[in-house]
Amino acid sequence: MALETKNIAKTQLQAEVASLKAVGYRFVTLSCVDLGDSFDLIYHFDRELQMTHLRITVLKGDTVPSISNIYFAALCIENEIKDFFGISFDGLILDFGGHFYLEEEVKRYPFCKVSVKEPQAAKEGN
Amino acid sequence: MSTIIPFGPQHPVLPEPLHLKITLKDEIVTDAIPMLGYVHRGLETLVSIKDLDQMVQVVERVCGICSCIHAHTYCMCVEGILGIEIPKRAEFLRIIWSELHRMHSHLLWLGLLADAFGMESLFMHCWRIRERVMDVMEATAGNRVIISINKVGGVRRDLSPDQLRWIAQVLDELERELDAIKPVLTNDYTVKKRTVGVGVLTKEQAYELGAVGPTLRGSGVAQDVRMTGYGAYKFIDFEPVVEKDGDSYARTMVRFRELYQAIDIVRQLIRKLPDGELSVKVKAAKPEGEIVCRSEQPRGELLYYVKGNGSKFLERVRIRTPTFANVPPLLAMLPGIEMADVPVVALSIDPCISCTER
Amino acid sequence: MGFFTKLLETSRVKSPWIVHFDCGSCNGCDIEILACLTPIYDVERFGILNIGNPKHADILIVSGTVNHRNAKVLRNVYDQMPEPRAVIAIGACGTSGGIFREAYNVVGGVDKVIPVDVYVPGCPAKPEAIIDGVVLALGKLKEQRTAKDTDSLAAELHQAREFYANRADRQVVE
Ligand code: SF4
Repeated sequence: MALETKNIAKTQLQAEVASLKAVGYRFVTLSCVDLGDSFDLIYHFDRELQMTHLRITVLKGDTVPSISNIYFAALCIENEIKDFFGISFDGLILDFGGHFYLEEEVKRYPFCKVSVKEPQAAKEGN
Repeated sequence: MSTIIPFGPQHPVLPEPLHLKITLKDEIVTDAIPMLGYVHRGLETLVSIKDLDQMVQVVERVCGICSCIHAHTYCMCVEGILGIEIPKRAEFLRIIWSELHRMHSHLLWLGLLADAFGMESLFMHCWRIRERVMDVMEATAGNRVIISINKVGGVRRDLSPDQLRWIAQVLDELERELDAIKPVLTNDYTVKKRTVGVGVLTKEQAYELGAVGPTLRGSGVAQDVRMTGYGAYKFIDFEPVVEKDGDSYARTMVRFRELYQAIDIVRQLIRKLPDGELSVKVKAAKPEGEIVCRSEQPRGELLYYVKGNGSKFLERVRIRTPTFANVPPLLAMLPGIEMADVPVVALSIDPCISCTER
Repeated sequence: MGFFTKLLETSRVKSPWIVHFDCGSCNGCDIEILACLTPIYDVERFGILNIGNPKHADILIVSGTVNHRNAKVLRNVYDQMPEPRAVIAIGACGTSGGIFREAYNVVGGVDKVIPVDVYVPGCPAKPEAIIDGVVLALGKLKEQRTAKDTDSLAAELHQAREFYANRADRQVVE
């Protein structure tokens, strides 16, 4: 079963999300997957138990516009992704600066390169 | 003059390290910032070391209180990607155990809430009643808290007709015991004084801030993921429990009424339980593709995003737990209340920190 | 040994106060510890009391794995407890890191940070096992007391005073 997502460009994100909010969607969450040299960000929305997904692809090192000004609830998850993947969000309302979960001594961006091909990457943090 | 005080991480009201940085003006909270990370283990990264069958055990330990539902949702995802249909009996059994988990979780929470406002006797009663549910769990699955009955392709254990009859009996007793503590919740001065009108979340706020589960339903939004009819819920009649007021009392009553609802659901399940196999064989599964599955936990909507890459290790398992979604509403509830009410309001969203941080 | 010391010692073992600290546990073990306090198991009838303040406690019960952030808090809680003290690590997580051992943010069992006296295995540990663990810890508590003479206690007290007097970050509030 495939996941039906709507692919959009980074620049359209704010407008798309605002239009979803206008028709009464609730922000559910944001998922991030490491694709090697880029990231997939999938935004999940829900209205009356029907889900809609938006997908943007960003290159490593790029910044993404934050949607926490539209949905305050996005704040936690954007901070989390900043911790785990090192993606910076522009205009984050409350920025924990990459220390939402993690302490200094932990490996940076632990969720990057988590894949079978490089099992060492996950073990390093031990 | 304002003071900043740390609430937690080691705190007597909650066994878990919930840490809020609270700004006070006199006795009134003006601002609260959550400080997380005390329970963060990073178990989503374990997908690269544990294969997809072993991951069932890992996701069960995201949270010990609603472990069965975590495993159920994960299995739904993997089965969804692989396109496996599991036997109908297995679907029913999964839900029976899930609803038992909901009962024990709500009773546990009710006890903790009572403890937070100093009503020791209610705490003890709730936990005594909860032990009945734990007995069922131990007798049917072999462990009290984490029962590991789900696996990819079905369930591991069966319920014999004798056990089913016994469960039905226990449910009757449970209902009687709940009736006995009901007057405390509906009439008692202490309970009302501490919860009515405290920590109000309006309907609009709740929806906009993405509240889920009883926190959302306590504010008058009838949303329950079980209505989508995943698993065996499509064969069951039930209505989501909704309260209008949006205060701590409304959330308490939602959970309390959900206890009766859960009892009713289990009764229906036992009545309608079909015969058949417990599981289908899943051999050398190599899922490829992505999927999103949702389910309703005691604390609200749970979302799993699973991506497979064509090997027996999954590429990514992403877990959005209900408490994570309930943190922004909590932050909206806190300003304006008194410091002494903070524990009660914080508890009224039923925080589960180990879920939140994984 | 004076009368009061003796009284203290007997009562400490007869009525130990425990403080529970959750370090990244999955809640499975936490709720089993709480279940020990409730009517079915009811450890309070043995005089075991759960309290929130580490400064009053004799026994520290730790559930769950240690991660980088809570290690400091755990150390802090332990340091605040008066001597003699015993530490109990609950569950597979507390003893070794359990199922989360390989996760990147996990340091390992409780013994990576503070000395542990009793290990209670199980995932989650059953309330019966936890009560057993507490009883074992009581034995340790008794031993510790006799092994430690008053001279060393006095020396320790002196050290602590020195430390607090010379602390760089000591704030004087007028
Ligand atoms: S030992 Fe098991 S039940 Fe206890 S905290 Fe660890 S994973 Fe949870």
